[in-house]
Amino acid sequence: MSSKRTATQLQRTAAQSTELLQELVAHLRQNRTLLREEWANRITEAQLLTAMTKEELFAEATSVYDNYVEALATGTFEALQSYARNLSERIIPRGVETHEVVGIVLLLRDVLARSLFAKYQGDFTMLNRILDAYEPAANRIANTVAVGFVQERERVIRQQQEAIRELSTPVLQVRERLLILPIIGVIDAQRARQLTEQLLRGIRTNRAKVVVIDITGVAAMDATVANHLVQTVEASRLLGATVIVTGLSPEIAQTIVTIGVDLGKMNTVGDLQGGIEQAERLLGYKVVPVADITSS
Amino acid sequence: MEVPILKQGRFLIATIQAALSDADLLHLRRALIDKVIQFRSQGVIVDVTALDVMDSFATRTIRDITNMIRLRGADTVIVGIQPEVAFAMVQLGLTMEGVATALDLEEGLSHLQQRANGKT
Repeated sequence: MSSKRTATQLQRTAAQSTELLQELVAHLRQNRTLLREEWANRITEAQLLTAMTKEELFAEATSVYDNYVEALATGTFEALQSYARNLSERIIPRGVETHEVVGIVLLLRDVLARSLFAKYQGDFTMLNRILDAYEPAANRIANTVAVGFVQERERVIRQQQEAIRELSTPVLQVRERLLILPIIGVIDAQRARQLTEQLLRGIRTNRAKVVVIDITGVAAMDATVANHLVQTVEASRLLGATVIVTGLSPEIAQTIVTIGVDLGKMNTVGDLQGGIEQAERLLGYKVVPVADITSS
Repeated sequence: MEVPILKQGRFLIATIQAALSDADLLHLRRALIDKVIQFRSQGVIVDVTALDVMDSFATRTIRDITNMIRLRGADTVIVGIQPEVAFAMVQLGLTMEGVATALDLEEGLSHLQQRANGKT
């Protein structure tokens, strides 16, 4: 019995709040120009979205405002969501930060709340009820926009990660049976695994006997990656290839010794040139200037 | 599953053609040593190209074969370890230290030839 009453009460409250929201929306539509300007000013004052020009900011503010009111009016957030995504797509490349986006949405919420205070200052109960209806909707809007922005950002990050991954490390043949694997950038566990796969496959297809892995372009290396490198060297040996590692930077040399990775099985040479020269010796090549041959 | 052991001049070639049970491996070990003695071979090639798994027992047996054949004064080369198998073995710590490896049969033969030439 009591639960039934609560249900009807809830229904009534919901109906009331929709009614109140409609009143609110009417108010916001009426004062569109004024509130929008006020909001744009507050954004400039707070020095948010400095990457945009004043006109752009105003144009963007207008559409955000309209979408905001629309979301309040309809109570659906899909349109707002896709707008937020679209907006993020446009402003992320310009260097707009998350705090700026959240900041402007919160500012809009505050500006609108203030205007409600001003309108209903004579009627405290009415103000209370209007705020009851307004606040959850406004919070949800702020949430939607912020989440939309962050999601878009993450999507961009994922896309870039993929792009970096696809800039795969080439396995190059410089001489018959001699491969070079220049590694540049940061190696994480996943990239290390990919490198190994490519190298082992390269050894097979090129029938390599010697491989020079050049890590001049690698700034830092942790224990996992160092161990992985050792494993790669051993796996290459199982395929019958000798690996020469060149270009260990002083930092990496120190790290590797400090963390105690056993590089005893590894053949290391100072630089790429030295590595290639040693590889040629292993393969039985001898590079001699043409003049020396003709004179002898 | 019997592993055929072929005689090729001074060398023996054992080509493993399918996954072997532990008993098969022990049988291969025995047969190889017998043949090395019988033919006075200078080198043995064990071709594992067809294997897509090398477990610890197989690895250990192959290392044992190498060591036993070395006692007879002959060399052993393991050829044709697949890239995936190689990496899996290394991750399991089965690095087959002291065992000569080569990419394929041709490489293995030229390796044995070099070793034999070095000795004579």
